Amino acid sequence: MRLFIAVLMVGLAALHLLWPLAPLQLDAELGRTLLVELRLPRTLIVIGYGAALGISGAAIQALFANPLASPDISGASSGAALGAVLGGYWLGFSQPLALAACGAAGAGAAMMMLLVLAGRRADSATLLLAGLAISLAAGAATSLALALAPSPFAFYDAFDWLMGSVVDRSLGQALAALAPAGIACGLLLRRAHALDLFALGEDVAASLGHRPRRLAREIIGLSAIAVGAFVAVAGAIGFVGLVAPVLARRLTRGHPGRAMIPAALIGAILLTLADLAVRTIPLDRPLPIGVLTALFGTPLFLYLIVTMRRSVTS
Amino acid sequence: MTLVATGVALPHRLDPTNLSLTGGQLVALVGPNGGGKTSLLRALAGVEEAAGVVRMNGEEVAKLGEARRRRLLAFLPASRDLGWPIAARDVIALGLGASDEARIAELIELLELGALADRPINRLSTGERTRVLLARAMAARPRLLLLDEPFANLEPYWVLRLSAILRDLAKRGTLVMVALHDLHQLDRFDRALLIANGAIQMDEAPADLIASERFEEIFRISAAPGGWMIRPADRRSSP
Repeated sequence: MRLFIAVLMVGLAALHLLWPLAPLQLDAELGRTLLVELRLPRTLIVIGYGAALGISGAAIQALFANPLASPDISGASSGAALGAVLGGYWLGFSQPLALAACGAAGAGAAMMMLLVLAGRRADSATLLLAGLAISLAAGAATSLALALAPSPFAFYDAFDWLMGSVVDRSLGQALAALAPAGIACGLLLRRAHALDLFALGEDVAASLGHRPRRLAREIIGLSAIAVGAFVAVAGAIGFVGLVAPVLARRLTRGHPGRAMIPAALIGAILLTLADLAVRTIPLDRPLPIGVLTALFGTPLFLYLIVTMRRSVTS
Repeated sequence: MTLVATGVALPHRLDPTNLSLTGGQLVALVGPNGGGKTSLLRALAGVEEAAGVVRMNGEEVAKLGEARRRRLLAFLPASRDLGWPIAARDVIALGLGASDEARIAELIELLELGALADRPINRLSTGERTRVLLARAMAARPRLLLLDEPFANLEPYWVLRLSAILRDLAKRGTLVMVALHDLHQLDRFDRALLIANGAIQMDEAPADLIASERFEEIFRISAAPGGWMIRPADRRSSP
């Protein structure tokens, strides 16, 4: 099953990069430029962002011991969006690495607030309410920042980007997100074993020498970098970070830590599929990819809530 | 195996405590609610960063990594709730660290978990979960078992079976420390620590402990035919 998913991932990546085949039929020089300058950044962002959402979603869910926790529900995405908008106004939208840092800072601040408000091992209601409050506050602050936009162009730029878009990003922007997020994801993966042990309860993990507080700070900091960097480049894309880990745990017999790698693959597949759909659906104006993931993600999210309620009441 | 605790303390819950115990015995921790039984277990298990030093065979436990700690000690917390729907068999494997199918099968046999092994642990009853988590704690054959209320929620058969299992472990040199409320269990233990107000008040053979006046004072009960009764001085009339 895992092999199948990995093969699917590679196939989709190739499809995303090469289809439609137009660039290959042009003359070699132009085709190469098209592929490297236009297609490659988009493919890299879609795959990297999907994987980052999957890994950090799985890590956050493992930390809070709750399948409803995720980058978007925890307010990390909206915090990152606020951070990047503010950073964009101050520093301009042309410095991708600085924007990525602002996004990561915003995401980190939002998740630290969640940790303070709800605590580790919060019940679902507290977690959702605290995450909702943070998301609303960050969303309102972002709207305020947009309303005070220095120019209408800045407003439209920021608005388009907020809806989640991977169109027309440069290779530099893609790498500015990929590099920090890649490192953060690598470090998150090294905590897979500790997160599996946390499934036995914080106290048991602590008796085996792990430090719950330190692990919580590490997971939050690293997830913030992974998600924040991509939000700064491609806007907030919802639900992938929620759904991918849930599907991934079906492959790991429920183990939350070792679900991170399958969650990365599934997240990348979901986002690649969504972007392929965006490119294929004939509309006058391209649909922001975040709208599509939300359209498909919401029913899955609702299904999850219903099944959780059943398992609690039965 | 020796366990030596020097000046182990947790703020507001456990006064600086010295303790020296050797393997091969069953030690009961008894005392009123909130007296410090769980705090002592948690401090010895290294769950919280306590003041003082805990040494096992001379090694300072706080400085050891996961693999070494697994071989030395295991802690069963009072809470039997696990967040994730992991199969009972996998919970035991997590206690083991490395995959060892033979050991897992042995534990499933010992705690009669065959019918439950592939069910998610959060779908089991509290007593069934206790058995799974005990198997998890025993999996790596630790030299020290710190068990918080292991008999709670167990049916009578399992109370007796677990006593026998713990006695077997002690015979093989394990030090078993058990926090418990059910004083009827006390006579199965070799030694009893009475903990109240965040300090060890008494350290006796169980029979001597129960017979002492200090025990009655702290627990506000006295022995009565077939059980216990509230001491006349501590009786309250219902409003």
